[in-house]
Amino acid sequence: MIVMKNVYKKYPNGVVAANGLNVVIDPGEFVYVVGPSGAGKSTFIKMMYREEAPTSGDVIVNGINLATLRNKRIPYLRRQIGVVFQDFKLLPKLNVYENVAFALEVIEESPAEIRKKVNDVLGLVGLTQKARMFPNELSGGEEQRVSIARSIVNLPKVVIADEPTGNLDPETSWEIMRIFEQINTRGTTIVMATHNREIVNTIKHRVIAIEGGLITRDEYGGEYYEG
Amino acid sequence: MKARTFGRHIRESLKSIRRNSWMTFASVSAVTVTLLLVGVFIVIMMNLNQLAQNIENDVEIKVVADPAADEVAIKELVEKVRSTDGIIEVVFSSRDEELDKMIKSFGDELSLYKQSNPLGDALYVKAKDPQQAATIAKEIDTYDYTYEVIYGEEKVEKLFNVLNTSRNVGLALILALLFTAMFLISNTIRITIVARRTEIEIMKLVGATNNFVRIPFLLEGIWLGVLGAIAPMLIISISYFKLYEYWEPKLQGELFQLLNTTPFIYQLNGLILFMGIFIGVWGSFMSVRKFLKV
Repeated sequence: MIVMKNVYKKYPNGVVAANGLNVVIDPGEFVYVVGPSGAGKSTFIKMMYREEAPTSGDVIVNGINLATLRNKRIPYLRRQIGVVFQDFKLLPKLNVYENVAFALEVIEESPAEIRKKVNDVLGLVGLTQKARMFPNELSGGEEQRVSIARSIVNLPKVVIADEPTGNLDPETSWEIMRIFEQINTRGTTIVMATHNREIVNTIKHRVIAIEGGLITRDEYGGEYYEG
Repeated sequence: MKARTFGRHIRESLKSIRRNSWMTFASVSAVTVTLLLVGVFIVIMMNLNQLAQNIENDVEIKVVADPAADEVAIKELVEKVRSTDGIIEVVFSSRDEELDKMIKSFGDELSLYKQSNPLGDALYVKAKDPQQAATIAKEIDTYDYTYEVIYGEEKVEKLFNVLNTSRNVGLALILALLFTAMFLISNTIRITIVARRTEIEIMKLVGATNNFVRIPFLLEGIWLGVLGAIAPMLIISISYFKLYEYWEPKLQGELFQLLNTTPFIYQLNGLILFMGIFIGVWGSFMSVRKFLKV
């Protein structure tokens, strides 16, 4: 569960990216976050995995208040959250398998556990056959699938995706959405910032629109529109 | 930390050392030059210190009693000198013995004085702490029945001045070198950090602890320091053993003695290695703190 209470965020350069956000996202929900560039979408999302801390107010994720979370504890929060980016952020020198396994190695999982979890998740995203290939040998969609696999390999309760289809052609985007849907049906909460009107309007979910650091609209099965 | 994790950190740190071979070479050379100079400096300073100590220990205070004083007065003086603070040894030498010594050094002509000895009885006093000799000498000079108090003050003080100055100049130079070496290491580590920023970003994103991110860089610093310490340790050890082998027999009975190879060289090697590691860790730490926002 994600809760934001009166969240206010002002950057050192004076920009106010969150001007009193209040929101509750229940476990297992699928939420689109929409809004024009510079509206505060990214800040909204970054505060959920404590990439940014709120200037004031509370951000509670899985029962942990991120506003008061000590820096030392951030890694343990991140282990409960998967994050997917527009630019995939894969390591070019590691193959598909290693890129996914990396997420478990750095949190010191046992090799047996790593092998099992990585193979499971590669099956889920349909990349078992390409496990030994390197990122530069993959298509954009495949790269994004690797990145999704990495984000869910540790079985997080929440997956946060920042424009995951931003770099992909429409057909591939649908493929990626299908995987997110699948993850969501397993009970994982998904929060996705997106600019993709077609997707939001076709696969109906809750839509939170942000503009000027405020939530201007929050409706279940909402449409994508600006303003 | 699990052994497997530690193994991973070691592999990662060695990988970077190979990857940035030029920066590795530059920082290792800087550490090598620094430690070589530090080592040579320590060898020289320690040996000079030893010389100073030998000279110091050789310094004694000579107290000449008033030739006019009678036996009771002399006894009183001896007692008083004996009970002075900070003294370890007092050797009494009678006026006749003193004359014999003089005759021995200056020749038989002085035998004439045997008829009427103009010398006073003498006391040879050794201070517990040779640096205190001057103070003790001054104090004894205030006692009754002393005629003269002599000690090799200037000889010692000059030597100490020279030693202190050279030590300070040497230390300043060494500090400057240490900083250069640290700076180079810190630069090397910074390059590693920059080269791996995506990796670090992902590590932090998936929940690697701060130490997990930091340790490979600290290890890399340690390797650079250790690699830089190897050549100085070898060069200084071999040279000193050779030097000792050659000079030691020729210096028999001299005030200047080379320090024994054992344990000196082993302690020195330990110190050089420790300094290498210290430079490495510190250089790396500076970059990790500055560039690794964890």
